[in-house]
This record gives sequence, C-alpha cells and structure tokens, in this order.
Amino acid sequence: MPGRFHLGSEVSSAWWRFLSTFGLTPKRFHTLPGWQQRLGKLAVGGVIAFLIAIFVNVLEASFGATGSTSIFTFDSTAYLAFLVLGLIYVPEWSKVPLIGKIAIPLSALALAITFPYWAGHMFTIPIFGEFPSTETGVVMLVFVMMAVGLNIVVGYAGLLDLGYVAFYAMGAYTAAWLASTQFAGAKCPKPGFGIDNCPVATVPAVDFNLGGVGITPGIGGIHVSIWLILAAAGLLTALIGVVIGLPTLRLRGDYLAIVTLGFGEILPQIARNGNDLGGFNLTGGPQGITPVDSPGFGNNLSNWTGGFLPANYLTSPNSARVFYWTALALVGFTVFCSIRLRDSRLGRAWIAIREDEVAASAMGIPLMRTKTWAYACGAFFGGIAGAYFAAFKSSTFPQDFYFNISVFILCMVILGGMGNVWGVMLGAAFLTYLNQEGLANTGAWLNLHFGTHVDVPEYSGGIYGVIIVLVMLLRPQGLLPSARRKRELELGTHDEYLYDVETHDESLYVEPSEA
Amino acid sequence: MPLPVATQTSVDALPQRRRFRVSPVQVLACVFVGLIVFWLGANLIDDPTHFLDLFLVGLTIGMVYALIALGYSLVYGILELINFAHGDVFMLGGMMTVTLVGAFGLGASGNVLLWIVPMLVITAAFTGIMNTTIETVAYRPLRNAPRLAPLITAIGISFILQTVGLVWKGPAPVSIRDDILPNSEIFHIGKADMTWNQLIVFVVTIPTLLALVWLVQRTKSGKAMRAVAQDKDAAAMMGIDVNRTISFTFLTAGCLAGFAGVLYALFATNVQFDTGFRLGLFAFTAAVIGGIGNLPGAVLGAILIGLIENFNDGLTRFTPGSDWKSTIIFVILILTLVFRPEGLLGERTPEGG
Repeated sequence: MPGRFHLGSEVSSAWWRFLSTFGLTPKRFHTLPGWQQRLGKLAVGGVIAFLIAIFVNVLEASFGATGSTSIFTFDSTAYLAFLVLGLIYVPEWSKVPLIGKIAIPLSALALAITFPYWAGHMFTIPIFGEFPSTETGVVMLVFVMMAVGLNIVVGYAGLLDLGYVAFYAMGAYTAAWLASTQFAGAKCPKPGFGIDNCPVATVPAVDFNLGGVGITPGIGGIHVSIWLILAAAGLLTALIGVVIGLPTLRLRGDYLAIVTLGFGEILPQIARNGNDLGGFNLTGGPQGITPVDSPGFGNNLSNWTGGFLPANYLTSPNSARVFYWTALALVGFTVFCSIRLRDSRLGRAWIAIREDEVAASAMGIPLMRTKTWAYACGAFFGGIAGAYFAAFKSSTFPQDFYFNISVFILCMVILGGMGNVWGVMLGAAFLTYLNQEGLANTGAWLNLHFGTHVDVPEYSGGIYGVIIVLVMLLRPQGLLPSARRKRELELGTHDEYLYDVETHDESLYVEPSEA
Repeated sequence: MPLPVATQTSVDALPQRRRFRVSPVQVLACVFVGLIVFWLGANLIDDPTHFLDLFLVGLTIGMVYALIALGYSLVYGILELINFAHGDVFMLGGMMTVTLVGAFGLGASGNVLLWIVPMLVITAAFTGIMNTTIETVAYRPLRNAPRLAPLITAIGISFILQTVGLVWKGPAPVSIRDDILPNSEIFHIGKADMTWNQLIVFVVTIPTLLALVWLVQRTKSGKAMRAVAQDKDAAAMMGIDVNRTISFTFLTAGCLAGFAGVLYALFATNVQFDTGFRLGLFAFTAAVIGGIGNLPGAVLGAILIGLIENFNDGLTRFTPGSDWKSTIIFVILILTLVFRPEGLLGERTPEGG
C-alpha cells in the first residue's frame, strides 16, 4: 500500500474509483505513453480550473461589489487553478531531460539576477497583484536564507526547532551592536531624560571604527564593516546554538521543540527588557537600536573598481538593487554550503539520525556531536540573515523576533518540502512574498470583488496554520519533496500498528514510482 | 571483558559510600531552592498581608492552570504528543463564556452563581467536542507518521484556533464586568482576605479534580485509557478500541479546558485571542514540572507555577517583575527538562523523559 497518510490516499483512491467507472483504471492509465498521460492530467487541471472559475463567478454574482469586472475574475481563478495544479504535477527531477536539467537552473538564475530590471515592468498577476518590488525581493532573499538554515536543523537532522527566531535576533543584534551608536554613551536608557540628567548610570562612551562606511567623524559608538559583522554574527550565533544545544539536545524530539520554543520566547523578552539591565542599556528596549550603519565597500574599493562596488549602499543611487544582489550572493553562499554539507560525511550522519537515531548511534555516529553541529550550522545562517536584515532595515526591534516568525519560517520549510533546498527556497520566497505584499493584495482583491471588508493580513497566522495542517495531511513531503524524505514518509519509519491495519483494494494499487 | 577483581570488592563498599555522595546538580538545586526561600521569606517578613493575598490569588490561578495542565498531561500520556492547540481550546472556552455571560444577560447585573453550572456544561460540551474533532480531523490521519508530523500539525491547529478567536472577538481583549463573581471577603487569614471568587474557583476545581481521579482510576474508560497509554498494540489485542479511547481522552481534556476557560474568564474577567497560547505554555510547563503524564504532578506543578507567577508579579523586594514573567517560567521549564526530565513526581524512564 503506497502512502501511509490516510487522508491523501483516501482522496486518491476515491479519485481512481471515479475514473474506473469510465474504464480508466490506474493500470491502463500508466501504460499510456507519457505525453498522453501528461495531456490527460492537463485536461483534468483545465476542467477543475474551469469549475473553480465558474464557482467563483457564481459567488461573485451573488455577493459581488459594484464595478468589479467578472472577466478578470474568470481569468484570475483559472490562472490560480493552473498554478496550483502545476505545483501538484511537478515532474520528478530524474525524469527531466538533460537539456532541461541545464536550462532550468540557468534560466532561473538569470531571472533571479535580472529580477530588479524586469519585475517592475511585468503584467499584474491576477488576485496577487503586482510583482514584488525589489525591496520585497531583498526581504524574500533574507527569509530564503533563514529557511535554508532552518532546513539544516529540521529537514536534514530532523530536530524540530521552534525557536529559530532567537538565532535571527542574535544576528540582528550583533549587527546593531557592532555598527551603530548604541555604545556611544550619548543615550539615556530611561525615556524622557537626556544624557546630562540621566537618573541611571550610562555606559562609558566607546568610539571605535573598523571599516564602517558613511560614519560622521566623532559620532562615537562601534562601527565595524558589515562584511566582518556578517562573519562575526554567523560565528557568534553558531556559538549560541552550541550553548543552547549542549544541554538540550539529549532530550527527545518533542521536548527539544519545547525547549527551543522557550529560548525563542526568552531572547526577545531579554531584548525587550534589555534597556535597563542594572542601568546598562544593552538592547535599546522596545525602541530597539536604530540607525544601523549602511553596508558598503568604502571609497577606495569603489574608485578602484570604477564604481562597480558601491561605496555606501544606502546613499547609492540604485540602493535597492545593490541590497538585492548582495542578498542574492549571500543566498548563493548559503545554498552552496547547505548542499555541500548535505552531501558530506556530516550531512549523511544527520540524515541517518533523522531516520533512526538508535540505528545511527549503533553504527558509530556520535549523536550529541552530530546534532550540535546541525544546530551550529543552522544557527550560523540564521545569524548571517539576521545581521544582513538589520543592516538592510537599518534598525533592530524586539517585535521582529516573536514566536510567530519562528512558525512562519517553519511553515516555509514544511510547505517547500523538508530536506529539499530548492523546495524550501520556493516555499520561503512564496510565503515571504505573501507576508509582505501578497496577502494585502489578495485582501484588496477579495474586498473589491465580494464586497467584504476583511483585513486579510491580520489573519496571516491562521492562513499559515491552514497551510501547515493541509500540507501535513495531504502532501507531507512538501511541494518539492526530496526523494529520500518522500520515501521515508511513504514507507514510514516504524511498524504498522495493529489497530490501524486496513484492507485495501488491490485493483486500486498504484505503483509508487509511476504515481 | 573480564570483570576486574577490584571492582568486585568495591561493590560491597558502594552502598555506604554512595550515601554521602552529592552531585553538583544537587548542590545547585539546593542553592536555587535556598535563594527562593530567602526571597519568599524576605517578602513575607516585609509585608505578610500582601504576601498572603498573593498566595491566595496564586493558588486560585494555579488551580485553573491545573485544569489546563491535566489536559496536556492526559493527551501526552496517551499519545506522546504535545498538543499545542490545547491552550487555544481553553481560550475559545473563555470566549464562549464571555458570549454566554452576554446571552444570559449577566453583563449588566444578575446573579452569576445560578448560571455557573449551565455555563460550565455548555462550555465544556463546546470545547470537548472541538478537541475531539481536532483529534479526528488532524491527528488521527497522522497516527503512523513520523513523530514530528502531528507535533507540527498541532502548531498549525493552534494558529488556526487563535485566528478563530481573532475573527470571533477581535484583536482587543474582551472583558466582562470585574465584579461578575462577587469579590467581597468571606473570612480573614491573618489580615489577608479569602474572597468569594477565589472560593468559587476552588468549589469548582476540587470536585472536578476528584472526579477526574475517579474517572481515570475507577471506571472502565479510565482503565482503557491507562492501558492504551502503556501499550497501544497490547491494548488493541485485549479488545480495547484504541481510536475510541484516544477520542475519549481528547473529550475529557477538552472538557477540562472548557471548565478552565469558564473559571479563567470569570476570575480574570478578560480574554484575548492569544491568552490561550501564553497560558497554555505556562500550563504545559506546570505539567512538565510535575512529571508529564502524571496527574497529581500536573496539579502540583500548576499550583507552583501559579504561585511563582503571582509572587513575581506582585512582590516588591528582589523581584524581577512581570516584565520577566515568561523568561522566569521558561527558565524553570528548561532547567526541569535538562536536570530532571521526569519531573518532580514522575519516574525516570530509560529515554530520559
């Protein structure tokens, strides 16, 4: 029996039962030539899209606001349905012809690099609205980086980390500490007081500059070059990951989830209350730390390369594009490391632990050390992403690091397909876009066409919840599953329970490799 | 490897020597407990009335937490699943109570005491059925999936329920009259007041806890629950309907959450859509402190958490204050899980909790 997930297999067997009444049994379908199968799937997709479109049109006719154009509704629903069905029928990578294997990644990379040029001139996507702006593109890339980092912990090593946002926060605050006037000694931690009449002791002024760009001389504080900060933030967060991991990683999976959740709640609270730690203003409290220095290469490097490397990102004429390309380079670095790690001895040890901890341990894999490495590697990329995001936004606030962000990143990993870097990237880019622009646009579309007054972004938590539950029930391997993970989920990791054994109709059997 | 003779002889000497051996963890624990005793003692001497007042409020809130913690403990005991959605079921119970207060016309005036029983019954039915539905729809299909799958689903359900609360009552906290339960004093302990609303909470929770003990220990369903918790396959072979028993457990847990929702809404007089998530985590901490799966432990842990929370919020000397509430409770959770994963009353298992 393929598929241990009953709801999914029930739906698929009901579907085949329906088709079998027309004489199309699974066996017959799978003996058809490939192009006929694909055509058949597309036809089914078209019919479903058509039905959805009619349904939406009927709904709109019943509730529709005046002034909405119904042809547009029809187009957009068909488009959406095709998109969804396209994602359902993603072909297996091993079956893609060689030319596609070369052309698809190259064109995807080219599209990603040229994104700031073409995104602004594209047509409007139905329902979702405009293409994301370059600024949203930067945020998307930062979250892609974080999701790829979390994928190392959750997807490879199978350790559920519900406090990943703590690493993100650590990275952001590292950047803020090392590249701002936070320690210039010119601020009073109590609001409403100046430095002269401050009731609590202030920090002695620090004035340190190591490659910071665009610094007014004499402004004080620590100003380190962003490139050093990225490395420092990554290493520091990796260290924090080890410190958090060492006592907790011997706990079983679900306890580990709770402990990481605890850390994910504690760190933002420290950030929020950290403006008066015995009179010492560490984190700026709810006001956060702002401004954080702009990234940049400085005037010398900029002149030497003829302006190719910008001296200062924020004052650069095409600031958003420069931020975007830098983020893209960082994502490239993250993905490269992630894939190399996965295929390394360490990565194989992670996967072995995920699949069976006891067997892995019996084969001589040191459990604690391997798990701690997974934590450190995941935290490293989270820290880099956080530091870059702080530099991009030029600020750090504690409310950017609440628990729902952790779940949001987890949702990306699950939607994309745990363990598969490409799937996770897709999931992260899509969900971040939804969070930044998509939900607001969709809400506006809904309100226009159905005469409702729903503030859709307010309910984003519920939307992620629905995505998580639906993915876990219907497609637990995610949109783009990793081959290994898919097999693991289909065949299960332990014995079938006695009380859940069901009888299955052999005539409905679908070969897993062909389905 | 042959056993060295030296080891053989030292085996006899071991029991006597072990009696005096103290591990660093125990020393740290003693220091920690000592600090807490010092903190509480200093505050007690400072202002005994205030201290006793806080103690009573903490005890009352602790009893409400106990009802939630028992729900976590029951479900964890039987399914080894941290039901993240449980706190949000409790929150929806609180929202239901607020609605019922309006529906029974108790918003302006009226004797709430007459209506408290129907309120408990309706809310418990609502949350019990909701919890069972969640189990059937979301957790049952994942019974054979890898362990993380139902856990992740539970987080998703938790977010969905929070959004249900958000849509139902809006983002602002919904409050009811703060004298919905009479809060005049009944009697004094020293100078501290035992008030009516505290008494009502005790009058509801204590029989509920006793009824739960009776249900689990004495009834056939309770026996089935314990059997399934021990070994699902063996229970199935003995003719127990495992799925039905699990549903029954979720029903029981949901009813407890409903009771807690009514009492919390009437006692604290305001509920917000994220109340359940926060208090759910506190209650889960309580269940872990007491030893998860252990019912008396959950009650003990809940009372401890209730006391710690209220002492931290209300005391004045050497007290971090409510800004640090989650930090303190989560530090306690982490320390418990790291140093004593079996909890205060639990038994050590080979898996380490």
